[in-house]
Amino acid sequence: MPTRQGRYTLRLDSCPSIVSFAAVVGKKEGEGPLAQEFDIICDDTTMGEKTWEKAESRLQKDAVNRALSKGGLSASEMDFILAGDLLNQCISSTYGLRDLNIPLFGLYGACSTMAESLCLGSIMVDSGAAGHCVCVTSSHFCSAERQFRYPLEYGSQRPPTAQWTVTGSGCAVVAPSCKAPYVRAVTVGKIQDMGITDVNNMGAAMAPAAADTLKTFFMDTGTTPDNYDLILTGDLGQVGSQLVEELLQRESFDISKRHSDCGLLIFDIKEQGVNAGGSGCGCSASVLCSHILNKIQHKELNNVLFLATGALMSPTSLQQGESIPGIAHLVHLSSTSYQDDCTINGH
Amino acid sequence: MSSKLTPDEYSEIAKKAEHKSSTVKDCIMAFLVGGFICTIGEALISLYMRGGMARDVASTLSSITLIFIAALLTGLHAFDNIAKYAGAGTLVPITGFSNSMAAPALDFKSEGFILGLGVKMFSIAGPVIVYGISAGIIYGIIIYLFKLY
Repeated sequence: MPTRQGRYTLRLDSCPSIVSFAAVVGKKEGEGPLAQEFDIICDDTTMGEKTWEKAESRLQKDAVNRALSKGGLSASEMDFILAGDLLNQCISSTYGLRDLNIPLFGLYGACSTMAESLCLGSIMVDSGAAGHCVCVTSSHFCSAERQFRYPLEYGSQRPPTAQWTVTGSGCAVVAPSCKAPYVRAVTVGKIQDMGITDVNNMGAAMAPAAADTLKTFFMDTGTTPDNYDLILTGDLGQVGSQLVEELLQRESFDISKRHSDCGLLIFDIKEQGVNAGGSGCGCSASVLCSHILNKIQHKELNNVLFLATGALMSPTSLQQGESIPGIAHLVHLSSTSYQDDCTINGH
Repeated sequence: MSSKLTPDEYSEIAKKAEHKSSTVKDCIMAFLVGGFICTIGEALISLYMRGGMARDVASTLSSITLIFIAALLTGLHAFDNIAKYAGAGTLVPITGFSNSMAAPALDFKSEGFILGLGVKMFSIAGPVIVYGISAGIIYGIIIYLFKLY
């Protein structure tokens, strides 16, 4: 059962396990530094579909199907699917997953959705409400550009602080098991808004939320950044990464040696022309459900704080002059469970 | 976090973390590319005049040619790649206007020819037309008033 630790952190006593995971990405991501890690790289960003929205739905469907087949699982064994994306009314998820016949919760947490779905899925498995939970998110550069920015072929310049929406999807299946990676604890983030209004600087808008959630987690658990091998933020990019480190430094937490960001890992930001790095809910999802979970599974990483960050604005709110609220949810992933800790300590 | 740091203080820190785009480089690129496009325009006018056209007809035809080339390059997925480096150099001449109509037309035809392409085609160019015409009317009124005296 989940037990509350400190004020906002939930310790998941049974340590639900991520029994299978898969990542599907587009061409540009497949040319990046993590190319070897992804399950499927689609050379055609349309995914053979007629519209960009259908292409994104396809990404999500492929990610779920690959994760199920890798784990030898079938859709009928799944109790819930927790899915989200960036498009209005979450159509990538609903259209992509409509044939799967799995009870669905549609989630929207902007780019924080992967951590949100993993938090909820793990809580459900730990509480016994579900045996298997599928957690999946996606984003597509072209569908996101159409909705949030300019038409694709419009000739505009991006400022250096702008980020590049990742074309990708990541899926993780959470279930009770004695196989790493385990989810040990989750901290649900609070909305933080420090008044940033620049849509081309989302990293700065989200950094305070990441800093707040991390600080909350460290205070709740009585741990420090040095207790973890990696503190992985979702898509803060170059600017947000620097800011979250600075903000935590002010609170006397030095994460600079342990910190990395999915948006900086997925692209070679100098060579691939993505300005401040990758973004989108497919960014943290595809990096987590390949590179990171692989490393935890092989015990190359033992304790990871995965912290996907989201900017909760819409084009309408921005045009009305509103600032950008940020959110960040934290998932503590580990190669060992609490039971392992007891066994090790017992002998 | 927010209890200690005010939005103003944060905005200061955030500004320091930003990398600014190079104004000098952007200006030089805009000057070179914009100048190049205008030179092509002038060359086209000379060419059409040599073909026997009057200057006003030749200059209209030159604009139409540039509009066509820009729309064609937009359709060939090349315009945005040029504009990435050229910035205002491709935006300010008539090529930018052409691109701003062609790009949404391409993108939104998936929502149908009327409510998609027809409506969204003016999503970027619309304000230019609205305020261009409005400014023209105001300018016309001022000229008219001056001529009265």
